[in-house]
Amino acid sequence: MNITVKVDGTSYTDEVEPRTLLVYYLRETLGKTGTVVGCDTSNCGACTVLLDGRSVKSCNVLAVQADGHEVTTIEGLADGETLTPVQEAFRECHALQCGFCTPGMIMQATDLLATNPSPTEDEVRVGMEGNLCRCTGYHNIVKAVLQASGQPASSGGEQA
Amino acid sequence: MRPFTYERATSVADALRRTAGASREGERTAYLAGGTNLIDHLRLGIRETDRLIDVSHLDLTEVTELEEGGLRIGALARNADVAAHPLVRRTFPVVSAAMLAGASGQLRNMATMGGNLLQRTRCVYFQDLSTPCNKRDPGSGCSAIEGLGTYNALIGTSDSCVAVHPSDLCVALAALDVTVVVEGPLGERRIDFADLHRLPGDRPERDTTLERSELITAIEIAGPGFARRSRYRKLRERASYAFATVSVAAALEVRDGQVADVRIGLGGVSHKPHRALRAEEVLRGGPATHEAYAAAIAVEMEQARPGPDNGYKVTQLRRAVPAVLSALTEETA
Ligand SMILES: Cc1cc2nc3c(=O)[nH]c(=O)nc-3n(C[C@H](O)[C@H](O)[C@H](O)COP(=O)(O)OP(=O)(O)OC[C@H]3O[C@@H](n4cnc5c(N)ncnc54)[C@H](O)[C@@H]3O)c2cc1C
Ligand code: SF4
Ligand code: FES
Ligand code: FES
Repeated sequence: MNITVKVDGTSYTDEVEPRTLLVYYLRETLGKTGTVVGCDTSNCGACTVLLDGRSVKSCNVLAVQADGHEVTTIEGLADGETLTPVQEAFRECHALQCGFCTPGMIMQATDLLATNPSPTEDEVRVGMEGNLCRCTGYHNIVKAVLQASGQPASSGGEQA
Repeated sequence: MRPFTYERATSVADALRRTAGASREGERTAYLAGGTNLIDHLRLGIRETDRLIDVSHLDLTEVTELEEGGLRIGALARNADVAAHPLVRRTFPVVSAAMLAGASGQLRNMATMGGNLLQRTRCVYFQDLSTPCNKRDPGSGCSAIEGLGTYNALIGTSDSCVAVHPSDLCVALAALDVTVVVEGPLGERRIDFADLHRLPGDRPERDTTLERSELITAIEIAGPGFARRSRYRKLRERASYAFATVSVAAALEVRDGQVADVRIGLGGVSHKPHRALRAEEVLRGGPATHEAYAAAIAVEMEQARPGPDNGYKVTQLRRAVPAVLSALTEETA
C-alpha cells in the first residue's frame, strides 16, 4: 500500500508491504542507515526514533502505522554541522565505545529531556532503561544526558 | 512475517463492521493498537492474521472524571500519557506507579490501555515456536510443567497451563473497583475487571472472556476513595527493565490503629491478575501492624501450590506484602 511519511523534514510517498517494519523502511527504502537494528525482540533500543516527537522502537512499529505521521531519526537531529546539545554531550563525555547503541541512546535522551528538562541522575537511568549498551557500563551515558540538560554532571568515579 | 493487509478504522462501529465483514469471508482479523505486543507476535509467528485493523486513531484517548471521584480512561490512551496524567496520579497513584514500572519509555509511548490489558503471557515456551505450548497450539502440551518452572504460577494453575499474566498495570487494577467497557456486535457490555481475565482450566488458549470481535473502549475506575494512598512494588531479577517475578499493588485505610479497609493485588502468581481477597478479609477491622500484615499474606499463600522452582515467589510475597502495607501505614501516621 501507499504511505506518506515525513522523515527528517522531507515528505516521502512510497509503496510498502504492510508487514514492513518501520526500521527497514527507513534503512532500506530511504537509505537512512543511521538507525540500526540490534535485536529481534524489541529489547535493546538501538532502533529508537521519534514518531510525532515521541521515542518509539522502530523495529516494533510497522511502516504503515507511520502513514500520515512524522518521523525523526538520528540523521535529522543536527542542523547542518551544528550538533544538538545531546549529540555534543555524548561526544564530550565519551559516552560511546563501539557506538552501536549510540543513535538509539541519543534519540531516547532527546525524548527524555523534552518531557523532563532537568532530570535527576535516577530519572536519567530509569528514562534510559529501554536502551542497552554492552560496552560503556552506562556511567558516561548518564553523565552525557545530565550535561546535555545543562546540569553539572555529578563527578565521576561512581559505580556504573 | 506472513503477509496481511492493513486498514484504519474510522469509528468503533466501523471497526466492528470490518471485523464482521472479514469473518463472513472466512478471514482472520486482529485489532492493532500500539502494536508493541502484537507486532512482536506477528514477527515471531506466534500469531497470524489476514487483516490488521488499526484502531489506534479512534477518539478513545481521554481521561475524564466520573461522579464520586472515579475516572474513565479511554482504551486507546497511551500508557505514558495516562501514567503522567495529574488526575490519575492524584486519585489512583498505584495505577501510575504500576505503569511506570513496566516496559520502557519507548514502549509506553506506543502502548495503549486496552493493549496492556490484553497483552499475552511471557512464558518462554509460549514465545518459542519449537516447543509445545497449549496456549499457542491447543492440545500440543505444556512445556513449562516439566520444564523451567521459575516463572510459573502459584495459584489457579491447571494441567494444561501454568503461565502468569505479565501486566503491571493489571495488578493495580485488580486492587481497585474497575469496569472494562466493551463494544461488540450486540452493543455495549460492561465487565467487572475480575471477570475479564480467566484461569487456564482446559482452555488456556483463551486469556480473557472477550469475544474475538469485541473492542475495549474504556476502563472505568470507581474507587475505592482511599486509593489516594496506594503503592506498587515490583520484584524482578534485574534492577530495572524486566518483567516482574512477583509484584504487589496495595491501598490502605488506617483509623485509630486499625485497618479500616485494604486492597491487595498480586502479580506473577496466577494466569489472571490476582486480588488477595483472603488476606484483605483477615486484615479488615484488625490491627494495622507489620505482624498482622505478615499473618494475612500467610493465609493468602495457603492456596499457593508452588513447584520445585518457584517457591521463592512465596518467600518474596511474604516479605513484600507486609513491607508495602507497613510503608502505607507510616504514610498515614
Ligand atoms: C521489551 C518489552 C518489555 C515489556 N515490559 C513490560 C513490563 O515490564 N510490564 C508490562 O506490564 N508490560 C511490559 N511490556 C508489554 C507492554 O506493556 C505491552 O506490549 C503493551 O501494553 C501492549 O499495548 P499495545 O497497545 O501496544 O497492544 P497491541 O500490541 O496493539 O495489542 C495487544 C493485543 O490486544 C489487542 N487489542 C489492543 N487494543 C484493543 C482494544 N481496544 N480492544 C480489543 N483488543 C485490543 C490486540 O488485538 C492484541 O491482541 C513489555 C513489552 C516489550 C516489547
Ligand atoms: S505454561 Fe501455558 S503458556 Fe507456558 S508452555 Fe504451558 S501452556 Fe504454554
Ligand atoms: S532493534 Fe529495536 S529494540 Fe532492538
Ligand atoms: S557503545 Fe557499544 S553498545 Fe554502547
